[in-house]
Amino acid sequence: MGLTIPLISRKSGKFVAGVAVCLLLAACAGTPGADGINDPYEATNRSVHGFNRGLDRALVGPAAKGYGSVVPQPVQRVVGNVADTLDIPGDVANDLLQFNLGDAAQNTLRLAVNLTMGVGGLFDASTAIGLPGKPTDFGETLHVWGVGEGVYVELPIIGPSTARDAAGTVVDVVLNPVRLALPEKEAMAATVMKLFARLGDRDRYAETVDSILYESADSYAQARLLYLQNRRFELGQGGEAAGAAADDDFIDPYEDPYGQ
Amino acid sequence: MANDLNLSRRAFGAGIAAGLTVLAMPRAAAALTVDQARALIDKAVADVNRIISSGKSQNAMYPEFEKLFARYADVPTIARSALGVAARSASKAQMAGFTKAYQGYLSRKYGRRFREFIGGKIEVTDARAIKTYYEVISTAYLQGEAPFDLRWHVSDKSGKQQFFNIIIEGVNMLASERTEIGALLDQRGGDVDRLIADLKTL
Repeated sequence: MGLTIPLISRKSGKFVAGVAVCLLLAACAGTPGADGINDPYEATNRSVHGFNRGLDRALVGPAAKGYGSVVPQPVQRVVGNVADTLDIPGDVANDLLQFNLGDAAQNTLRLAVNLTMGVGGLFDASTAIGLPGKPTDFGETLHVWGVGEGVYVELPIIGPSTARDAAGTVVDVVLNPVRLALPEKEAMAATVMKLFARLGDRDRYAETVDSILYESADSYAQARLLYLQNRRFELGQGGEAAGAAADDDFIDPYEDPYGQ
Repeated sequence: MANDLNLSRRAFGAGIAAGLTVLAMPRAAAALTVDQARALIDKAVADVNRIISSGKSQNAMYPEFEKLFARYADVPTIARSALGVAARSASKAQMAGFTKAYQGYLSRKYGRRFREFIGGKIEVTDARAIKTYYEVISTAYLQGEAPFDLRWHVSDKSGKQQFFNIIIEGVNMLASERTEIGALLDQRGGDVDRLIADLKTL
């Protein structure tokens, strides 16, 4: 959930990012099985999942509920908008790295509109005028560069990921343009803002999160399936790959062995 | 002779036309079925929208959802797919019992979530034929959430046009259900009868 940000000092940050990327890309070996899941570290992942679930039950869930009920809706929206706007420079950097000039232009325009008409990012003025967000991340950049998704990992605090996306997360956090541009105090304020926005998300999607974490028979397997399928959908979106990816994941219950 | 030539020319033309018609027929049928698939989901969506805006209590909505589900979804096929490998060794009576229990379980599970649809709407935007089935693409607009992609996989292999899978932002209901039912069955030591009994209370 982005809690890692304050733990990494800026100077050591870039080095840590470099090492992490090397290590994680090395772990990108292997191919998914017939079920589309490549999870050789399942035992470790399951214990991390247990930790994350305990953390959510004891801390994050109740905090989100408190945040959701104490903070008025309009304020929550403003917090979400500011956090989203703070992410835009990073999105633009990734769009450029992906050679996606269209999205880079749209996100740059979004930043300009939200900072001006949206009063410094308090309001999402650009969505209102038909310029919806095009969020991206360094994991997607790696995907565009041809890096495979790698093994499935569940990260402490952050949650479900893959070797590739975990490397992407580290790069996004450490090399975030806003974090690098702002003075120490302001950068910390930006981080806190993002954490509150995440609490708001946890509260807004409480029913979905609770149904996966606490109501399913195997919350680890459900979270893994959900993350992988949704992530592949996101990465395939908007291109030729979308249809192909969907076809690969397709289950034909009339054809498969159980269906006969 | 001129007449003959004319005739044969006409016959030739007619032959080509007939040939083209034959070639075109599967396409025409497919186009018709895409429309039918779309019409089916349009109707299902209209019925769901009607129930969630009826103002009834949640408990009163569950049986209505179950009726809709039985009508528009190929429940026996979904149930068999969810049970996975165990469906192979299950007896006919077990399959019947499981299908019935599973239908109620699914209606309650997803019915609970339909509450989130109150005040929102689902709009069918497109439909296309893929391999052996049809995909109807819709967008769900829920209050306070960004619109999301909702796809319905429709087939007529059960003898009726029914949907057999729902894909929400890439997340496949059949795969998710197979994981869930597989885990429930494992927890009961693979005992299908216990699973059937317990599904009625879940």
